[in-house]
Amino acid sequence: MKIIFKRYLGFIIILGLNIILLIINRKIGLRSISISGSNILEMAKILPPIFVLLGLMDVWTPRETMEKIMGEKSGLIGILIAFFLGSLAAGPLYAAFPIAIILIKKGAKFSNILIFIGAWSTTKVPMFLFETASLGWRFSVIRLIMSIFGVITIGYMIELFISKKEKENLYNKARLM
Amino acid sequence: MYNYALYLLAIIFLMVSYKKDKKKTKMALKKAWKSFENIIPQFLTILAFLGMVLALLNPEVISHLLGQKAGWQGLIIASIIGSITLIPGFIAFPVAAILLKNGAGFAQIAVFVSTLMMVGIVTLPLEIKCFGKKISTMRNTFAYLFSFIVALVIGVVLG
Repeated sequence: MKIIFKRYLGFIIILGLNIILLIINRKIGLRSISISGSNILEMAKILPPIFVLLGLMDVWTPRETMEKIMGEKSGLIGILIAFFLGSLAAGPLYAAFPIAIILIKKGAKFSNILIFIGAWSTTKVPMFLFETASLGWRFSVIRLIMSIFGVITIGYMIELFISKKEKENLYNKARLM
Repeated sequence: MYNYALYLLAIIFLMVSYKKDKKKTKMALKKAWKSFENIIPQFLTILAFLGMVLALLNPEVISHLLGQKAGWQGLIIASIIGSITLIPGFIAFPVAAILLKNGAGFAQIAVFVSTLMMVGIVTLPLEIKCFGKKISTMRNTFAYLFSFIVALVIGVVLG
Protein backbone atom coordinates (compact mmCIF):
# COMPACT_ATOMS: atom_id res chain seq x y z
CA MET A 1 0.00 0.00 0.00
CA LYS A 2 2.75 2.39 1.02
CA ILE A 3 4.75 1.48 -2.09
CA ILE A 4 1.73 2.05 -4.34
CA PHE A 5 1.14 5.43 -2.70
CA LYS A 6 4.76 6.41 -3.23
CA ARG A 7 4.72 5.37 -6.88
CA TYR A 8 1.57 7.34 -7.58
CA LEU A 9 2.58 10.36 -5.48
CA GLY A 10 3.15 12.57 -8.55
CA PHE A 11 -0.26 11.73 -9.93
CA ILE A 12 -1.93 12.32 -6.56
CA ILE A 13 -0.25 15.74 -6.28
CA ILE A 14 -1.47 16.73 -9.75
CA LEU A 15 -4.98 15.53 -8.87
CA GLY A 16 -4.85 17.65 -5.71
CA LEU A 17 -3.74 20.70 -7.73
CA ASN A 18 -6.54 20.04 -10.15
CA ILE A 19 -9.10 20.03 -7.33
CA ILE A 20 -7.69 23.34 -6.08
CA LEU A 21 -7.94 24.69 -9.63
CA LEU A 22 -11.52 23.48 -9.78
CA ILE A 23 -12.35 25.43 -6.62
CA ILE A 24 -10.61 28.61 -7.83
CA ASN A 25 -11.90 28.51 -11.38
CA ARG A 26 -14.56 25.97 -12.18
CA LYS A 27 -14.36 26.43 -15.92
CA ILE A 28 -10.60 25.95 -16.27
CA GLY A 29 -10.64 23.14 -13.71
CA LEU A 30 -13.30 21.25 -15.63
CA ARG A 31 -11.48 21.84 -18.90
CA SER A 32 -8.28 20.48 -17.36
CA ILE A 33 -10.06 17.33 -16.20
CA SER A 34 -11.70 16.79 -19.55
CA ILE A 35 -8.44 17.28 -21.50
CA SER A 36 -6.52 14.97 -19.14
CA GLY A 37 -9.30 12.39 -19.21
CA SER A 38 -9.55 12.26 -22.98
CA ASN A 39 -5.74 12.14 -23.33
CA ILE A 40 -5.48 9.27 -20.85
CA LEU A 41 -8.28 7.40 -22.59
CA GLU A 42 -6.70 7.98 -25.99
CA MET A 43 -3.35 6.64 -24.80
CA ALA A 44 -4.95 3.78 -22.90
CA LYS A 45 -6.32 2.68 -26.25
CA ILE A 46 -2.98 2.83 -28.08
CA LEU A 47 -0.70 1.39 -25.40
CA PRO A 48 -1.94 -2.23 -24.96
CA PRO A 49 -1.14 -3.44 -28.49
CA ILE A 50 2.21 -1.58 -28.41
CA PHE A 51 3.22 -3.35 -25.22
CA VAL A 52 2.01 -6.74 -26.45
CA LEU A 53 4.11 -6.24 -29.60
CA LEU A 54 7.03 -5.18 -27.41
CA GLY A 55 6.71 -8.30 -25.28
CA LEU A 56 6.62 -10.51 -28.37
CA MET A 57 9.59 -8.67 -29.86
CA ASP A 58 11.52 -9.16 -26.64
CA VAL A 59 10.84 -12.90 -26.58
CA TRP A 60 11.21 -13.69 -30.26
CA THR A 61 13.97 -11.48 -31.72
CA PRO A 62 17.23 -13.31 -31.33
CA ARG A 63 19.93 -11.15 -29.83
CA GLU A 64 22.34 -12.13 -32.60
CA THR A 65 20.09 -10.74 -35.35
CA MET A 66 19.62 -7.44 -33.56
CA GLU A 67 23.32 -7.18 -32.84
CA LYS A 68 24.06 -7.80 -36.48
CA ILE A 69 21.66 -5.21 -37.90
CA MET A 70 21.96 -2.52 -35.22
CA GLY A 71 25.02 -3.47 -33.16
CA GLU A 72 28.56 -2.10 -32.90
CA LYS A 73 29.58 -3.25 -36.37
CA SER A 74 26.34 -2.45 -38.17
CA GLY A 75 27.69 0.78 -39.72
CA LEU A 76 25.52 2.66 -42.19
CA ILE A 77 22.87 -0.09 -42.28
CA GLY A 78 22.44 0.23 -38.53
CA ILE A 79 21.93 3.99 -38.83
CA LEU A 80 19.39 3.51 -41.62
CA ILE A 81 17.47 0.87 -39.68
CA ALA A 82 17.43 3.09 -36.59
CA PHE A 83 16.01 5.92 -38.72
CA PHE A 84 13.53 3.63 -40.38
CA LEU A 85 12.23 2.17 -37.10
CA GLY A 86 11.90 5.60 -35.49
CA SER A 87 10.37 7.39 -38.48
CA LEU A 88 7.68 4.84 -39.18
CA ALA A 89 6.42 4.93 -35.63
CA ALA A 90 3.46 6.90 -34.44
CA GLY A 91 2.76 7.87 -30.90
CA PRO A 92 4.34 10.26 -28.45
CA LEU A 93 8.03 10.33 -27.60
CA TYR A 94 7.56 8.64 -24.24
CA ALA A 95 6.34 5.49 -25.97
CA ALA A 96 9.78 5.29 -27.61
CA PHE A 97 11.67 4.90 -24.33
CA PRO A 98 10.45 1.37 -23.46
CA ILE A 99 11.19 0.28 -27.04
CA ALA A 100 14.68 1.75 -26.75
CA ILE A 101 15.20 -0.36 -23.62
CA ILE A 102 14.42 -3.51 -25.61
CA LEU A 103 16.86 -2.43 -28.33
CA ILE A 104 19.53 -1.92 -25.65
CA LYS A 105 18.75 -5.37 -24.23
CA LYS A 106 19.21 -6.88 -27.67
CA GLY A 107 22.63 -5.31 -28.09
CA ALA A 108 21.96 -2.42 -30.44
CA LYS A 109 24.75 0.14 -30.70
CA PHE A 110 24.33 3.09 -28.37
CA SER A 111 24.45 5.81 -31.04
CA ASN A 112 21.87 3.87 -33.06
CA ILE A 113 19.53 3.88 -30.07
CA LEU A 114 19.94 7.65 -29.78
CA ILE A 115 19.27 7.98 -33.52
CA PHE A 116 16.16 5.87 -33.09
CA ILE A 117 14.93 8.18 -30.30
CA GLY A 118 15.79 11.25 -32.35
CA ALA A 119 14.02 9.93 -35.44
CA TRP A 120 10.98 9.04 -33.37
CA SER A 121 10.91 12.54 -31.92
CA THR A 122 11.21 14.56 -35.08
CA THR A 123 11.36 12.80 -38.46
CA LYS A 124 8.19 10.72 -38.29
CA VAL A 125 6.66 10.15 -41.71
CA PRO A 126 2.96 10.62 -40.80
CA MET A 127 3.85 13.80 -38.90
CA PHE A 128 5.92 15.10 -41.80
CA LEU A 129 2.97 14.70 -44.17
CA PHE A 130 0.80 16.57 -41.73
CA GLU A 131 3.44 19.26 -41.27
CA THR A 132 3.63 19.92 -45.03
CA ALA A 133 -0.15 20.24 -45.13
CA SER A 134 -0.25 22.90 -42.41
CA LEU A 135 3.07 24.73 -42.66
CA GLY A 136 4.00 24.30 -46.30
CA TRP A 137 6.52 22.01 -47.97
CA ARG A 138 9.41 24.50 -47.93
CA PHE A 139 9.26 24.86 -44.15
CA SER A 140 8.85 21.12 -43.62
CA VAL A 141 11.54 19.97 -46.06
CA ILE A 142 14.16 22.35 -44.63
CA ARG A 143 13.28 21.20 -41.13
CA LEU A 144 13.36 17.52 -42.14
CA ILE A 145 16.77 17.72 -43.83
CA MET A 146 18.25 19.64 -40.91
CA SER A 147 16.68 17.24 -38.42
CA ILE A 148 18.21 14.20 -40.11
CA PHE A 149 21.68 15.72 -39.73
CA GLY A 150 20.83 16.99 -36.26
CA VAL A 151 19.64 13.61 -35.01
CA ILE A 152 22.81 11.85 -36.20
CA THR A 153 25.07 14.58 -34.82
CA ILE A 154 23.33 14.57 -31.43
CA GLY A 155 23.54 10.77 -31.31
CA TYR A 156 27.29 10.73 -31.93
CA MET A 157 27.92 13.72 -29.65
CA ILE A 158 26.22 12.03 -26.70
CA GLU A 159 28.13 8.82 -27.37
CA LEU A 160 31.34 10.88 -27.32
CA PHE A 161 30.56 12.28 -23.87
CA ILE A 162 29.54 8.98 -22.29
CA SER A 163 32.30 6.83 -20.83
CA LYS A 164 32.57 3.12 -21.50
CA LYS A 165 31.63 2.37 -17.92
CA GLU A 166 28.48 4.53 -18.05
CA LYS A 167 27.44 2.74 -21.20
CA GLU A 168 28.03 -0.65 -19.58
CA ASN A 169 25.92 0.40 -16.59
CA LEU A 170 23.09 1.39 -18.91
CA TYR A 171 23.21 -1.92 -20.77
CA ASN A 172 23.33 -3.88 -17.51
CA LYS A 173 20.43 -1.90 -16.07
CA ALA A 174 18.35 -2.48 -19.21
CA ARG A 175 18.87 -6.21 -18.90
CA LEU A 176 17.18 -6.12 -15.49
CA MET A 177 14.15 -4.11 -16.65
CA MET B 1 -7.76 3.75 -37.95
CA TYR B 2 -4.14 3.47 -36.84
CA ASN B 3 -5.37 2.06 -33.52
CA TYR B 4 -7.29 -0.75 -35.16
CA ALA B 5 -4.33 -1.65 -37.36
CA LEU B 6 -2.14 -1.88 -34.23
CA TYR B 7 -4.64 -4.11 -32.45
CA LEU B 8 -5.00 -6.31 -35.51
CA LEU B 9 -1.22 -6.60 -35.81
CA ALA B 10 -0.84 -7.45 -32.12
CA ILE B 11 -3.59 -10.10 -32.29
CA ILE B 12 -2.17 -11.71 -35.42
CA PHE B 13 1.35 -11.86 -33.98
CA LEU B 14 -0.01 -13.20 -30.69
CA MET B 15 -1.85 -15.99 -32.47
CA VAL B 16 1.16 -16.93 -34.56
CA SER B 17 3.35 -16.86 -31.48
CA TYR B 18 0.88 -18.95 -29.48
CA LYS B 19 0.76 -21.56 -32.19
CA LYS B 20 4.53 -21.78 -32.32
CA ASP B 21 5.28 -21.76 -28.62
CA LYS B 22 2.77 -21.40 -25.79
CA LYS B 23 5.34 -20.91 -23.08
CA LYS B 24 7.18 -18.16 -24.92
CA THR B 25 3.89 -16.38 -25.63
CA LYS B 26 2.99 -16.46 -21.98
CA MET B 27 6.39 -15.01 -21.15
CA ALA B 28 5.88 -12.27 -23.76
CA LEU B 29 2.55 -11.29 -22.20
CA LYS B 30 4.10 -11.29 -18.75
CA LYS B 31 6.89 -9.02 -19.97
CA ALA B 32 4.38 -6.78 -21.73
CA TRP B 33 2.41 -6.37 -18.52
CA LYS B 34 5.52 -5.77 -16.45
CA SER B 35 6.83 -2.97 -18.64
CA PHE B 36 3.34 -1.48 -18.95
CA GLU B 37 2.83 -1.50 -15.20
CA ASN B 38 6.26 0.01 -14.82
CA ILE B 39 5.40 3.21 -16.70
CA ILE B 40 1.76 3.71 -15.59
CA PRO B 41 2.48 6.09 -12.65
CA GLN B 42 4.71 8.46 -14.67
CA PHE B 43 2.38 8.18 -17.56
CA LEU B 44 -0.72 9.22 -15.59
CA THR B 45 1.21 12.07 -13.99
CA ILE B 46 2.41 13.39 -17.35
CA LEU B 47 -1.02 13.31 -18.97
CA ALA B 48 -2.78 14.88 -15.99
CA PHE B 49 -0.13 17.62 -15.86
CA LEU B 50 -0.40 18.22 -19.59
CA GLY B 51 -4.18 18.55 -19.29
CA MET B 52 -3.74 21.22 -16.65
CA VAL B 53 -1.14 23.14 -18.67
CA LEU B 54 -3.30 23.06 -21.79
CA ALA B 55 -6.35 24.18 -19.82
CA LEU B 56 -4.42 27.16 -18.43
CA LEU B 57 -2.51 27.98 -21.62
CA ASN B 58 -5.16 27.89 -24.31
CA PRO B 59 -4.22 28.55 -27.95
CA GLU B 60 -5.17 32.25 -27.65
CA VAL B 61 -2.68 32.77 -24.84
CA ILE B 62 0.08 30.99 -26.74
CA SER B 63 -0.74 32.94 -29.88
CA HIS B 64 -0.63 36.21 -27.94
CA LEU B 65 2.82 35.44 -26.51
CA LEU B 66 4.33 34.50 -29.86
CA GLY B 67 2.39 36.69 -32.23
CA GLN B 68 3.15 40.02 -30.58
CA LYS B 69 6.85 39.66 -29.91
CA ALA B 70 9.30 39.00 -32.67
CA GLY B 71 13.07 38.64 -32.45
CA TRP B 72 15.07 36.90 -29.78
CA GLN B 73 12.48 37.39 -27.08
CA GLY B 74 9.87 35.65 -29.21
CA LEU B 75 12.35 32.88 -30.03
CA ILE B 76 13.14 32.28 -26.35
CA ILE B 77 9.47 32.27 -25.36
CA ALA B 78 8.61 29.95 -28.27
CA SER B 79 11.42 27.56 -27.32
CA ILE B 80 10.41 27.49 -23.65
CA ILE B 81 6.76 26.81 -24.44
CA GLY B 82 7.81 24.17 -26.97
CA SER B 83 10.12 22.46 -24.48
CA ILE B 84 7.64 22.29 -21.63
CA THR B 85 4.44 21.45 -23.40
CA LEU B 86 3.83 18.17 -25.01
CA ILE B 87 1.20 18.81 -27.63
CA PRO B 88 0.71 16.10 -30.22
CA GLY B 89 1.65 17.11 -33.76
CA PHE B 90 -1.88 16.97 -35.09
CA ILE B 91 -2.80 19.81 -32.70
CA ALA B 92 0.54 21.63 -32.78
CA PHE B 93 0.84 22.03 -36.57
CA PRO B 94 -2.55 23.68 -37.09
CA VAL B 95 -1.84 25.95 -34.09
CA ALA B 96 1.54 26.81 -35.63
CA ALA B 97 -0.16 27.56 -38.95
CA ILE B 98 -2.62 29.91 -37.22
CA LEU B 99 0.26 31.62 -35.41
CA LEU B 100 2.02 32.18 -38.74
CA LYS B 101 -1.10 33.74 -40.22
CA ASN B 102 -1.36 36.02 -37.20
CA GLY B 103 2.05 37.48 -37.78
CA ALA B 104 4.45 35.21 -35.90
CA GLY B 105 7.82 34.82 -37.61
CA PHE B 106 8.99 31.66 -39.38
CA ALA B 107 11.97 31.38 -37.04
CA GLN B 108 9.76 31.50 -33.93
CA ILE B 109 7.47 28.86 -35.34
CA ALA B 110 10.43 26.68 -36.35
CA VAL B 111 11.94 26.80 -32.86
CA PHE B 112 8.51 26.11 -31.37
CA VAL B 113 7.86 23.07 -33.57
CA SER B 114 11.38 21.70 -33.19
CA THR B 115 11.52 21.97 -29.39
CA LEU B 116 7.99 20.67 -29.16
CA MET B 117 9.00 17.47 -30.86
CA MET B 118 12.54 16.97 -29.59
CA VAL B 119 12.67 18.45 -26.09
CA GLY B 120 10.46 17.05 -23.36
CA ILE B 121 10.70 18.62 -19.93
CA VAL B 122 7.47 17.00 -18.79
CA THR B 123 8.59 13.57 -19.94
CA LEU B 124 12.08 13.99 -18.49
CA PRO B 125 11.38 11.82 -15.39
CA LEU B 126 10.36 8.95 -17.63
CA GLU B 127 13.39 9.45 -19.86
CA ILE B 128 15.70 9.52 -16.82
CA LYS B 129 14.18 6.28 -15.60
CA CYS B 130 15.20 4.62 -18.87
CA PHE B 131 18.48 6.36 -19.70
CA GLY B 132 19.73 7.95 -16.50
CA LYS B 133 20.23 11.63 -15.67
CA LYS B 134 23.34 12.38 -17.70
CA ILE B 135 22.21 11.02 -21.06
CA SER B 136 18.69 12.45 -20.74
CA THR B 137 19.92 15.92 -19.79
CA MET B 138 22.44 15.89 -22.62
CA ARG B 139 19.92 14.74 -25.21
CA ASN B 140 17.45 17.45 -24.23
CA THR B 141 20.09 20.19 -24.02
CA PHE B 142 21.57 19.35 -27.44
CA ALA B 143 18.08 19.13 -28.95
CA TYR B 144 17.21 22.53 -27.45
CA LEU B 145 20.32 24.18 -28.89
CA PHE B 146 19.84 22.41 -32.22
CA SER B 147 16.30 23.83 -32.46
CA PHE B 148 17.78 27.34 -32.57
CA ILE B 149 20.02 26.37 -35.50
CA VAL B 150 16.93 25.08 -37.34
CA ALA B 151 15.12 28.32 -36.48
CA LEU B 152 17.97 30.50 -37.77
CA VAL B 153 18.22 28.62 -41.06
CA ILE B 154 14.47 28.64 -41.63
CA GLY B 155 14.32 32.29 -40.61
CA VAL B 156 17.04 33.22 -43.12
CA VAL B 157 15.65 31.11 -45.98
CA LEU B 158 11.95 31.83 -45.56
CA GLY B 159 11.82 34.95 -43.39
